[in-house]
Amino acid sequence: MSVCEIPPDAQPRLSAHVRLQWDVVRECQVLLMPESVLALNATGYAIVALCDGQRRVSDIIAILSEQYGRPVEQDVLIFLNRLLNKRLLAIEDE
Amino acid sequence: MQTSPKPAGLLAELTYRCPLHCPYCSNPLDMSMYRDELKLAEWVRVLGEARALGVLQLHLSGGEPLQRRDLVELVSQARALGFYTNLITSALALTPAKAEQLKTAGLDHVQISFQSADAATSDLIAGTPSFAKKVAAARTVKALGFPLTINVVLHRQNIEQIESILLLAEELAADRVELANTQYYGWALRNRAVLMPTQQQLQQAEPIVRAARERLADKMHILYVLPDYYSHYPKPCMGGWARHQLTITPNGNVLPCVAAAQIPSLSTENVRQRSLAWIWEESPLFNRFRGTDWMPEPCSSCARRDIDFGGCRCQAFQLTGDAAATDPVCHLSPHHALIEEAVLAANQGHAAETTFIYRVND
Repeated sequence: MSVCEIPPDAQPRLSAHVRLQWDVVRECQVLLMPESVLALNATGYAIVALCDGQRRVSDIIAILSEQYGRPVEQDVLIFLNRLLNKRLLAIEDE
Repeated sequence: MQTSPKPAGLLAELTYRCPLHCPYCSNPLDMSMYRDELKLAEWVRVLGEARALGVLQLHLSGGEPLQRRDLVELVSQARALGFYTNLITSALALTPAKAEQLKTAGLDHVQISFQSADAATSDLIAGTPSFAKKVAAARTVKALGFPLTINVVLHRQNIEQIESILLLAEELAADRVELANTQYYGWALRNRAVLMPTQQQLQQAEPIVRAARERLADKMHILYVLPDYYSHYPKPCMGGWARHQLTITPNGNVLPCVAAAQIPSLSTENVRQRSLAWIWEESPLFNRFRGTDWMPEPCSSCARRDIDFGGCRCQAFQLTGDAAATDPVCHLSPHHALIEEAVLAANQGHAAETTFIYRVND
């Protein structure tokens, strides 16, 4: 299966089929989609929360690197590529 | 006592009424005891209990869920409770007006069954003219912006159409397609000789699925499930008994899976008598095969016991009479010859039977 790589100037947002929701039972944020649930840890949620269709991948990396006080580029890219390949992210064509 | 896991999915079988007669239907052989269906208010109470237990995915199924006149209201209430709501439908009654009402009510996802890729084969398997309505409904669903899953139960009579089935799914712009070979319980077990594919059919299907996955990687997710009769090890049925999922039948019986009612030695638990939490956490039914302590040999000392959980309890019961036996699909099972014989018959042309025993409807 071909694997997509998210470009640094892409402006990702959650796909229309995906819902981000707080689960009071598991006490974490979850992504809900057809036939699947993905529980997010704090870092995962921090990344997803910045995917608003406006910010570029490079912006998200910069914001979180500053917030965490260390370079987080690899973590962010791995996570976003994982979401992209599960078709959980939408990237508008320029 | 170990803490119960939290269930993520609930299959709500709202009714066993259905316009189709598919010969592999997962509904019980005898549906007469399920006519006293839960009322809307009962479902809403039970859904609240399910959400409190941790269920996030609600699969509205049947029978045909659109036979319930209160479906739109139920979707609306379910959505308000925080479920991701999936409608699993034959789509015959999914008119544009109904689809719009469901969209407004907050329905998240629609899954439409197809029996094959053309009207003649599809209608023959469904036992009623239905293909054209399904195609129309699928287009409506996409036009309204729903994510669409197309599911096709594969078997001896349609697996050779797999390429056309994938093209149909692509043409209908399905987001997901589930191509699952028949699992032999209930109606499907009665029709096993007509439904079991040959080794050659499976070998021809495999590269077609692989090529479609490659070609459609960024458009469509393709789930392809092989028949477990051809496997070396059993399937991890339900990801383990009473671990992730539960099923509620039209009259409120709660089961670890759709087929579990076929095991007569198990107790019956119903939401009209007990809370869902008690049934999930405490009932003998849900604890009977939970974890690995119940396992006999060869499972109990097997390195794969936490991978496949001993396979399927219902299949073990149906084929050996003992629900606690190792799934006969496993090559280590002392009953494995039962599987080998069925596979051999399917490949030797002994399966001359071509007449379906159709699922009956009241």
